[in-house]
Amino acid sequence: MFKKILIANRGEIACRVIKTARRLGIATVAVYSDADRDGLHVRMADEAVHIGPPAAAESYLVMDKIIDACKQTGAEAVHPGYGFLSENAEFARRLDKEGIAFIGPPVKAIEAMGDKIESKRFANAAKVNTVPGHLGVIADSDEAVKIADEIGYPVMIKASAGGGGKGMRIAYSADEVAEGFSRAKSEAKSSFGDDRVFIEKFIVNPRHIEIQVLADKHGNAVYLGERECSIQRRNQKVIEEAPSPLLDEATRKEMGEQAVALAKAVDYCSAGTVEFVADQDRNFYFLEMNTRLQVEHPVTELITGVDLVEQMLRVAAGEKLSISQDDVKLNGWAVESRIYAEDPYRSFLPSIGRLTHYHPPQEAHDEYGRTTRVDTGVMDGGEISMFYDPMIAKLCTHAPTREEAIRHMGRALDAFYIEGIQHNIPFLAAIMEHPRWISGKLSTGFIAEEYPDGFFPHDPDEAAVGVLAAAAAIADSINNARRRTITQQITDNGYAFPSYRIVTLGSLSVPVSVAGERPSYTVTLEEQGEAMIVTSEWVPGQPVFHGTADGEPFSVQMRPIMNGWRLDYRGVQVPARVYTEMEAGLVALMPEKVPPDTSKMLLCPMPGLVVSIAVEEGQEVKAGETLAVVEAMKMENVLRAERDGTVSAIHAKAGDSLAVDAVIMEFE
Amino acid sequence: MHEILDQLSERRNVARLGGGQQRINAQHGRGKLTARERLSLMLDEGSFDEFDMFVEHRCTDFGMQESKIPGDGVVTGWGTINGRCVFVFAKDFTVFGGSLSETHAQKITKIQDMALKNRAPIIGLFDAGGARIQEGVAALGGYGEVFKRNVMASGVIPQISVIMGPCAGGDVYSPAMTDFIFMVRDTSYMFVTGPDVVKTVTNETVTAEQLGGASIHTTKSSIADGAFENDVECLLQVRRLMDYLPMNNTAGAPAMKAFQESTEIDESLDTLIPDNPNKPYDMKELVLKTVDEGDFFEIQPDFAKNIITGFGRIDGRSVGIVANQPMVLAGVLDSDASRKAARFVRFCDCFNIPIITFVDVPGFLPGTAQEYGGLIKHGAKLLFAYSEATVPLITVITRKAYGGAYDVMASKHIGGDINYAWPTAEIAVMGPKGAAEILYRSDLSDPDKIAKRIKEYETRFANPFIAAERGYIDEVIMPHSTRRRVARGLDMLRNKSLDRPWRKHNNIPL
Repeated sequence: MFKKILIANRGEIACRVIKTARRLGIATVAVYSDADRDGLHVRMADEAVHIGPPAAAESYLVMDKIIDACKQTGAEAVHPGYGFLSENAEFARRLDKEGIAFIGPPVKAIEAMGDKIESKRFANAAKVNTVPGHLGVIADSDEAVKIADEIGYPVMIKASAGGGGKGMRIAYSADEVAEGFSRAKSEAKSSFGDDRVFIEKFIVNPRHIEIQVLADKHGNAVYLGERECSIQRRNQKVIEEAPSPLLDEATRKEMGEQAVALAKAVDYCSAGTVEFVADQDRNFYFLEMNTRLQVEHPVTELITGVDLVEQMLRVAAGEKLSISQDDVKLNGWAVESRIYAEDPYRSFLPSIGRLTHYHPPQEAHDEYGRTTRVDTGVMDGGEISMFYDPMIAKLCTHAPTREEAIRHMGRALDAFYIEGIQHNIPFLAAIMEHPRWISGKLSTGFIAEEYPDGFFPHDPDEAAVGVLAAAAAIADSINNARRRTITQQITDNGYAFPSYRIVTLGSLSVPVSVAGERPSYTVTLEEQGEAMIVTSEWVPGQPVFHGTADGEPFSVQMRPIMNGWRLDYRGVQVPARVYTEMEAGLVALMPEKVPPDTSKMLLCPMPGLVVSIAVEEGQEVKAGETLAVVEAMKMENVLRAERDGTVSAIHAKAGDSLAVDAVIMEFE
Repeated sequence: MHEILDQLSERRNVARLGGGQQRINAQHGRGKLTARERLSLMLDEGSFDEFDMFVEHRCTDFGMQESKIPGDGVVTGWGTINGRCVFVFAKDFTVFGGSLSETHAQKITKIQDMALKNRAPIIGLFDAGGARIQEGVAALGGYGEVFKRNVMASGVIPQISVIMGPCAGGDVYSPAMTDFIFMVRDTSYMFVTGPDVVKTVTNETVTAEQLGGASIHTTKSSIADGAFENDVECLLQVRRLMDYLPMNNTAGAPAMKAFQESTEIDESLDTLIPDNPNKPYDMKELVLKTVDEGDFFEIQPDFAKNIITGFGRIDGRSVGIVANQPMVLAGVLDSDASRKAARFVRFCDCFNIPIITFVDVPGFLPGTAQEYGGLIKHGAKLLFAYSEATVPLITVITRKAYGGAYDVMASKHIGGDINYAWPTAEIAVMGPKGAAEILYRSDLSDPDKIAKRIKEYETRFANPFIAAERGYIDEVIMPHSTRRRVARGLDMLRNKSLDRPWRKHNNIPL
């Protein structure tokens, strides 16, 4: 085994590799750019080598710098992680030449699988299912129908020269093929000046399912079950799970064996992933093979108990696989949520800045066989820069059943507290509550179909109201009691607060009574007349209220706001205030203030510095015209007019430092 | 006998209705609460004891003898806020528009006298139309009596004014002499002369909101210390503020149970200061991570944002926080920031609230606007305030402490009790660039040479150790231990005692 390895990566995956290396007694070397000087991976590694400026092209992607770092530190092998140089055949070849081991597959396998046509050729040769289709020239509509009949409906007729959706037709019957063929042909001619079209099977409601394979240098290969990654947003995976709710044992075996056959066909070794697209009837077709460790590998590790990084290290060191296919047993269910630094309420715009608070849930394994795993690449007080992938952590849960794993994930997300940047945790938490996700009826269109207009904070349902009202009322009762510990009171008689309170959750009013003392309370929702036993050790200042309600554990995030808290729970985000009956009566008299109409304003989308204002008061602007340029973290953002209009007032000038939502200008 | 008791109940009921249900409805219609509703919100439930409920005016001019309403436009008395005594008066807009008569003024001065005699804070809620014109000079006399008592009580008991409706003319000067003024957005305004007079005299057309609304007084004039969305929000926040304030100038800062250990360290602070010395960071993060449970009551949050002032607690005891804010104008001291901080420091010193100062200041703001505006004297106010303070002063320099501003920000030289610096501190007469350019003027034409000079200066002076070598800094501390260090320091300074030479009073540069 190696004595020292270098990890040519950053963030959570670098930390992940270091963890296993450390467990195996292997010394680790981190590399870092200027932006990662204080990075978690730098802190965790035994040594760290600076490799240049923040831009990846000048640091993490520069092979010479990585190789120099190896030489400088005496690292015997390089783990590339994912992304960056992980699937770069040239890099693997350079390392070979330098006598440094590449902890990954051989150069040839990387090359073969890195090429789309080549990889399909290998797949066909290895008898791996590929999407049925006809790539040759099709003479007329009769031939088209004949081909379509062979493939099976529906089929997709597509211009060979086309891109995007142009000239693409979906046909569900022979008639539609005949008609579609001629129309696609003429459309292709007019659009691309090339009337060649081809026919391919169209997969309705496709699902993304991939097989994890593991192979050694001695010709042994196994598959470690599948992962389903159908919850994607714009082709970016968001939630993954293992196993897939779609597969049965027979399909799993078939897919696994095909994946292993492909791996063997290219003399693969190390960990790799064969990606398939599957339809709802469990027909599956090869997409591509990823010759690296996948982001979502932890779900496989959780259900198989195999440490994939350890296996990669052992294989790279020339060891034989210690597990055979028969040893691979899938145990329970695992779900992974990717935590992204992006604002779910502003169409997932990336969010950067300082993590003023970063408190992931505790990693734990409980008596019910539930596991929480956190793969994080950042820490409290860390900085999210614009230079790299916005994924900051992965949260995984594992439990005996899918339902429990999802519930456990919901709770773990509620306990994940981040301040300083926007993040997608509310969105992930909302998905965990989504009936379609829970039912497992997935497709890669899930997010686009279920959230067509984006994601918005939603009102709490009945179950959530109980928990939220209880948390707020208990917090209020602790605050009241502590206020009465203040010195300089005029009597020593003490004071008992009336237990009846009105909790407002947004526009909702919930009458609640609280009795008891930390850590055990009885909370009665007066309208339902139901008493709930709530236990919690929460005290003021803690950002997350952990507790149990009638034995069921929950976590509610509590961010102090004026006279109350903003609560975050299961994707619900709501301001909570707790009033006495008298106060509530007076609150009801307060006028509701309509927030100012911002549709006629240009608001600053992020905190930043005004570089320039491109228009003047009174100027007419057309939609798309540049209005102002705001610099945030060295990145210039051009703010454009959303519609035609006239600038009525300008409130900022070049050099101004603006907060988010500051009004830059108004329109008539 | 019963009849007599019933009569009292009847009279009380009438008095409590103030100007009558119709006027109460109108008050609610404007989004405002009545005087008694306000007091019931602000005080502990059921703790309000009213005085002078039956007082009526004695005016006979203009047919006033025909219209008398018990209470005469102001509700006065006392109650408790979290068990601590406070005296209160609340203008009742439903009665003669809350206008001030001779008897109305007497009700207020009675309460002022009681508050001072009993060394308990006084809170006034304002919602009134000024002097009662029918009474003429008697009303003016009444104002004078109130003003005088405000001044007598100043620095002895905390005085708070809450503006919850109109407050104009003579009414504005009583709040102006109290310690804190809070306003309610959209429903309150304060000015000496209203829009009509303004129009007549200067021909300016201006609305009441533009002339003296909450946003004007919290962002432009700095008359008000905070603005809130509505009556309820505002009064609940007054309750919150009161928990930080002592009863009087001898009681000492109050304390309550704390839930966050002051021995905890916070490693995230070790990365608060950016690598680039010109990059801003949010000083409020340090403030929130130093005080108990991140609970901080900011004073004047919307004015002179380059300095942060407010109250927090450490180990349950109230402290005042003053901190330069690098996020705004690089944390520079200008006239506004100096005045804002000076007044806050003096309040804390009056009432024995220890002051913690976080320093990251590049100096005083240069320019004609500042100099013409009297920066010298405004800056001197802050210097004076810190220098005269006898309360415990703990200072933590996080980054820049340049030039005269270093001296001003509670430095050792002017009375800092414990002066800490983070390893990132740069205590110097000015920034490396400016210094090198003056010292090596002849090298200015050669960018390489001057860059080298700047580097030299940086290495030599851009650190806390030169100052530490001289004892100007007591200790260079780890950022993560700031809260623990400050808490220990406060414990040590608990019995600090400092006498000043006898004088009638000092002569702070006003």
